[in-house]
Amino acid sequence: MPIPQSRVASGPSRRVAASSPRVLALPGYRKPAPGIHPPHLHPDYVSSLKRAPAHPLVQIRQTLSEVTGPCFQAHHLKVGADLTTQGEGAPLGEKILLTGRVLDEEGRPVRNTLVEIWQANAAGRYRHLVDQHAAPIDPNFIGKGQLLTDEEGRYQFKTIKPGAYPWRNHPNAWRPAHIHFSLFGPAFSTRLMTQMYFPGDPLLPFDPIFNGIRDEAARQRLIALFDWQTTIPEDALGFRFDIVLRGRLETPMENRP
Amino acid sequence: MSMAPAAGQLLGLAASQTVGPFFQIGCEDLYQTDLTVPGLAGTVITISGRILDADQLPVPDALVELWQANCLGKYAHPDDDQDKTVDPGFMGFGRCPTNAEGAFQFRTIKPGSVPSSTGTPQAPHINVSIFMRGLLNRLVTRIYFSDDKRNSVDEVLSLVDPGRRSTLFAEPDPGCPGAYRWDVILRGARETVFFDF
Repeated sequence: MPIPQSRVASGPSRRVAASSPRVLALPGYRKPAPGIHPPHLHPDYVSSLKRAPAHPLVQIRQTLSEVTGPCFQAHHLKVGADLTTQGEGAPLGEKILLTGRVLDEEGRPVRNTLVEIWQANAAGRYRHLVDQHAAPIDPNFIGKGQLLTDEEGRYQFKTIKPGAYPWRNHPNAWRPAHIHFSLFGPAFSTRLMTQMYFPGDPLLPFDPIFNGIRDEAARQRLIALFDWQTTIPEDALGFRFDIVLRGRLETPMENRP
Repeated sequence: MSMAPAAGQLLGLAASQTVGPFFQIGCEDLYQTDLTVPGLAGTVITISGRILDADQLPVPDALVELWQANCLGKYAHPDDDQDKTVDPGFMGFGRCPTNAEGAFQFRTIKPGSVPSSTGTPQAPHINVSIFMRGLLNRLVTRIYFSDDKRNSVDEVLSLVDPGRRSTLFAEPDPGCPGAYRWDVILRGARETVFFDF
């Protein structure tokens, strides 16, 4: 299905043409500290063995290609942010209100950025042909949502708490309950796929995907916080999950590989 | 609730996790394999290929995303303040899942040259993210065009071992004008070059 056509406005011209050739006057994005993003090759995650590159990544300087990225607008969105009303009736499971902010490393809001989520149903089953887990499909739950963050970088999804489910990575392997997040941020450099987990999940210490993140604090940051303030009486438990994307370097001179 | 970090401190980044095998659910509504729009300037091309694993077996559950400039080398993004025109409706974003044979195909236009980090022109290229089950972090690479003379002066290509550069080149199909072939090999002999920045 194609994305509908949009009109993309030209950015304001903020720079007087200098002598040619022009240096990239835009600062690049900070490189993540080691240990935050998991390595490509992570033997505990068996599928990585055949799919992770063996050569080291080639380090390059950021150019205009890396500091720009796709700009989504409201008319691109096809699904809403309430996953509990996508079927004929109410889905089974514990309703939750998932709120948070998308920020850069300086704490500035990442505005109008696309957030896509998808998840299993309350029984731990995805609405997908490849998912053969013997848990029931919920006819009232599709399990996908989209939105653009607001001017403060805030987002809010209403959904149900997904169930844990077994997988075949190792004997008696179970994924902790999680919700997949896809984020773009302002640039190709800030593109991020991640997963949000739930506090107190006993499966977390055994999950090779979660534990592929070597930095303990970075692992903890992927666990949502239970939030009384956003809990809706008689309706939905509140969980808070803030997402921090790469921030910008101060000056173009720091644009180093 | 203020999220501003203390002076000199930065907030901790969200770590990457795998897209998993079920991304279709959340990503399919923005699948875009034809990046062109009516009236778009430039040479229409197709780029077809397969993603292969360490055993040269097709990867049937990958997601390929493109980010590219228009035919003048202008990105549809507010931070591209080059004095070049944008094409109304051309977003420059592509997204395609691989099929059971590990194959993907895009229809787009050949991008123009955009400046490098030092302001010299880069050879035309398309920026690529690849996500899949088994990868906890995306792979980033670039598609260059093997028949473009500007490759010889490209800053990024010059950083790549000459013996591996051809993995970044889409090859024209001699029997089909505008059709290019570009395969991705994740691991092993003829492994594709992947970047970090």
